[in-house]
Amino acid sequence: MAGKPVLYYFDGRGRMESVRWLLAAAGVEFEEKLLKTRDDLEKLKNDGSLMFQQLPLVEIDGMKLVQTRAILNYIATKYNLYGKDMKERAIIDMYTEGLMDLDEMVLYQPYLPKEEKEGNLAKIKDKSRNRYFPAYEKVLKSHGQDYLVGNKLSRADVYLVKLLYHVEELDSSALANFPLLKALRTRVSNLPTVKKFLQPGSQRKPFEDEKCVEAAMKIFH
Amino acid sequence: MCETTVAAMAGKPVLYYWDARGRMECIRWLLAAAGVEFEEKFIETPADMEKLIKDGRLMFQQVPMVEIDGMTLVQTRAILNYIATKYNLYGKDAKERALIDMYTEGILDLSEMMLQVVISLPEQREAKISLVKEKTKNRYLPAYEKVLKSHGQDYLVGNRLTKVDIHLLELLLYVEELDSSLLAPFPLLKALKSRISSLPNVKKFLQPGSQRKPPPDMKRIEEARKAFKF
Repeated sequence: MAGKPVLYYFDGRGRMESVRWLLAAAGVEFEEKLLKTRDDLEKLKNDGSLMFQQLPLVEIDGMKLVQTRAILNYIATKYNLYGKDMKERAIIDMYTEGLMDLDEMVLYQPYLPKEEKEGNLAKIKDKSRNRYFPAYEKVLKSHGQDYLVGNKLSRADVYLVKLLYHVEELDSSALANFPLLKALRTRVSNLPTVKKFLQPGSQRKPFEDEKCVEAAMKIFH
Repeated sequence: MCETTVAAMAGKPVLYYWDARGRMECIRWLLAAAGVEFEEKFIETPADMEKLIKDGRLMFQQVPMVEIDGMTLVQTRAILNYIATKYNLYGKDAKERALIDMYTEGILDLSEMMLQVVISLPEQREAKISLVKEKTKNRYLPAYEKVLKSHGQDYLVGNRLTKVDIHLLELLLYVEELDSSLLAPFPLLKALKSRISSLPNVKKFLQPGSQRKPPPDMKRIEEARKAFKF
């Protein structure tokens, strides 16, 4: 079934935002069905579209794919953002998985109960500044190339740039000591497809405010 | 650049982890199923861990870590994906890989819940066990039974053995350890369990004396918790 991928999620970043970034960076147009009510979710569950009754769901090339990594892996392979051979793929996977560990803390932040927000934010600050950002700065320093792996744009660069923006929203001086990360972010942000996605009016979602969180909670709880 | 040991350069993958299942066990299973011999270096004290970190071999200061083909890989999925690709256990094309990934991720989600039971504080354990049983019974086992029913084939994807069959077998054995009645309503899963267990490499791994790790010993977990502070 040729045609645009269709993304099913609520109107927020959550676990779908990395998929939006990757499709956008690959220059792939996509449609979104943004769920608004619990009924919208029940309908998807009842018609067997959700293998584990969970979102994200992406319809792509005749498949109904759930599980963020399955979706991202497929898109990255299809659009040549996954390295040139299995060793490059291994390195890309290692880098991407580290980013996903950090992102797990970041994407939850808006949805945490008030009393947990401060602790989580402290964790994000600590891990990003002391574990993750140094690791990626070190990679860039080690080879001096423009991209993390194989001297070519890959999904790892796209994910890293997304996270750099999102962490900076929570911690404005997070990137202060990471000049190579800042340079990578600038470089990737200037690629035509990414530049377009960064502009107002694109399908990129804003940081989730209370209203957005409330609306999402209604669907899931 | 992270250093690679002599053992690794000689050909066999070298696995760095505690002498426990944890997040390394699925890697042991996959290597074993692929018929690949591997060595293990066990972390026994906090000093062992500190040395690995100080030597710069752990990209995120975490294990599992596997030295394989000149690479020092961390992150379970990165390691699994590489092994699966190298030994042809990852499907024949991108679409099969997508299904394998989707199915694998569900298994890893449930495995993560099971791991949380093991490492959670004793007072939280009962509630977590209930959650695991509920999800196993109502979400995960039905989903995989449905896949097998839909095509009637011997393996989950592409009518041949792939990584996800191995991951599923491992999971089914843990479900059985937790509560053997959970498997009762799922005949196709039970049949898959028998079938995969009988494959020569898997059969060998299931025998005593292999590198397969036993169920967690709660006393050892509490000792490790104090030493490694989790």
